[in-house]
Amino acid sequence: MSAHDSVELAAARPDFAAIAAWIPQGASVLDLGCGDGSLLRYLKETRNVRGYGVEISDANIVACIRNGVNVIQSNLESGLSGFESNAFDYVLLSQTLQATRHTEPLVQEMLRVGCEGIVSFPNFGYWRNRLNVLRGYMPVSDELPYQWYDTPNVHLCTLHDFETFCSGHRVEILGRHVMTGKKEKNVLPNLLGSMAVYRFKRAA
Amino acid sequence: MVASNSIGIGIVSAQRAIFDTPLTFRSGAVLPRYELVYETYGTLNAAKSNAILVCHALSGHHHVAGCYADDTKNIGWWDNMIGPGKPVDTDKFFVIGLNNLGGCHGSTGPSSIAPKTGKPYGASFPVVTVEDWVESQARLADMLGIKQFAAVMGGSLGGMQALQWSLSFPERVRHVLAIACAPHLTAENIAFNDVARNAILTDPDFHGGNYYQHGVVPTRGLRLARMLGHITYLSDDAMADKFGRSLRAGKLGYNYDIEFEIESYLRYQGDKFAAYFDANTYLLMTKALDYFDPARACGDNLDKAFAAARADYLVLSFTTDWRFSPERSREIVNALLHNRRNVSYAEIASTHGHDSFLMQSEQYYDVMRTYLERIAKEFPA
Repeated sequence: MSAHDSVELAAARPDFAAIAAWIPQGASVLDLGCGDGSLLRYLKETRNVRGYGVEISDANIVACIRNGVNVIQSNLESGLSGFESNAFDYVLLSQTLQATRHTEPLVQEMLRVGCEGIVSFPNFGYWRNRLNVLRGYMPVSDELPYQWYDTPNVHLCTLHDFETFCSGHRVEILGRHVMTGKKEKNVLPNLLGSMAVYRFKRAA
Repeated sequence: MVASNSIGIGIVSAQRAIFDTPLTFRSGAVLPRYELVYETYGTLNAAKSNAILVCHALSGHHHVAGCYADDTKNIGWWDNMIGPGKPVDTDKFFVIGLNNLGGCHGSTGPSSIAPKTGKPYGASFPVVTVEDWVESQARLADMLGIKQFAAVMGGSLGGMQALQWSLSFPERVRHVLAIACAPHLTAENIAFNDVARNAILTDPDFHGGNYYQHGVVPTRGLRLARMLGHITYLSDDAMADKFGRSLRAGKLGYNYDIEFEIESYLRYQGDKFAAYFDANTYLLMTKALDYFDPARACGDNLDKAFAAARADYLVLSFTTDWRFSPERSREIVNALLHNRRNVSYAEIASTHGHDSFLMQSEQYYDVMRTYLERIAKEFPA
């Protein structure tokens, strides 16, 4: 992939750059729900990672192979039993957490298989989402592009929800980026940020 | 005219390679001299880097694609996969198919004449392992001047050879495409093979493997072996769809004639196979399957077995394949993951059981084509 593609990818997906910033050169990475492999390809290009994706969709398997990244066809919801404990430096779950059914065990599995976990998800506490609900409608936006009847998102949460989850599940948060579009939001993030990326590990 | 082949590779012809250096088998047996028949498609590039070796399964051979000038109906067994513009694109790759040692399609095997005795080898032909095949194939590669294959590929027993290539000669294979394969056979799988062998071994016409001199063939045994094998290559659903409980005569006959369509189909398949395949070769092929177990020499640790590997891998399985189930392919994938090899794995939805690897289907071919296009970029024609 050319550097130009990497720039384009980072522009299209601001969480990519935020995730990449946390990953050291040459790390091993497992990307759960890796889609067409864009993130892995981006990390391969910018961080020289040894990466594997896990994906269930047939079309995405072909897309990953076309993108030159390793992909294992498997259903995340049935666990990561095929993967050894501590096999990866980082386990990623990019824009997928909210669409998983067995969210609780999956986060635990991420931290069994990887030393650290990184998740990105849309912040349901973002003011526009709140306003939509206040007006009496489910939010539909760039981050939440689905209608209530066709959304794959079954476990939406706010930053507060996720952080409470972590403290209740012996998960230690190591870092956080909150963004709206390409802009970092450090003031009132749970209100002003539309998307969050967290880095975490097992609490000691 | 060869209308049915107009989009394929067209007319091909077999070649013969003769090896005068003795080959020592894993069993300790030595074959002083052997011959391999093979076919090639496409053009070897100047760097000799665009070669793909296609390894065959139990009943396969060197005639992988195209047809013969004098027999245009005899189309290669993987012709839908290999040819110009096909997933294994012969405009880009130099593809080699061969008949394995011990085979019955022209390479030295039990029905060949042993130079010492002037009679067919028969029972005296060494039991051959996947490792022995890879060794013999490497000599063919040497002869063709190929130091490293862009890919070695195969389904089932062919996939086992592809895997073994990356273990026996890690530096000589860049990509392994292991399709509908397993890291070793399970007890159930060996059991099927043993019933098949017993059918042959107990046929009165078998004569301890030296039936050639008696002018007979253990047709009944070979036929039964094939019928049994065939059942295991299909899926319950595929059989139900194709045959169900259909009766040939439309009613029960209350006798032991062929009544159900499935009986008719299996007997037809058995007869067809027994008419051309050599019973001794069938025995050898099933033994090679049973013996394949690269983890065995590493304390049954498959991770250790793959520690030597240097290739990248594409592993494919089919959802309805119960003879070489997706779980078995996942064992291979896991061992590769543990060794941090580049590996992609696809589980193809299919209704045809183990036979799926020979059938064209959209997702299967998309995955193969996409992966092979990647290889082609690495090794331009």
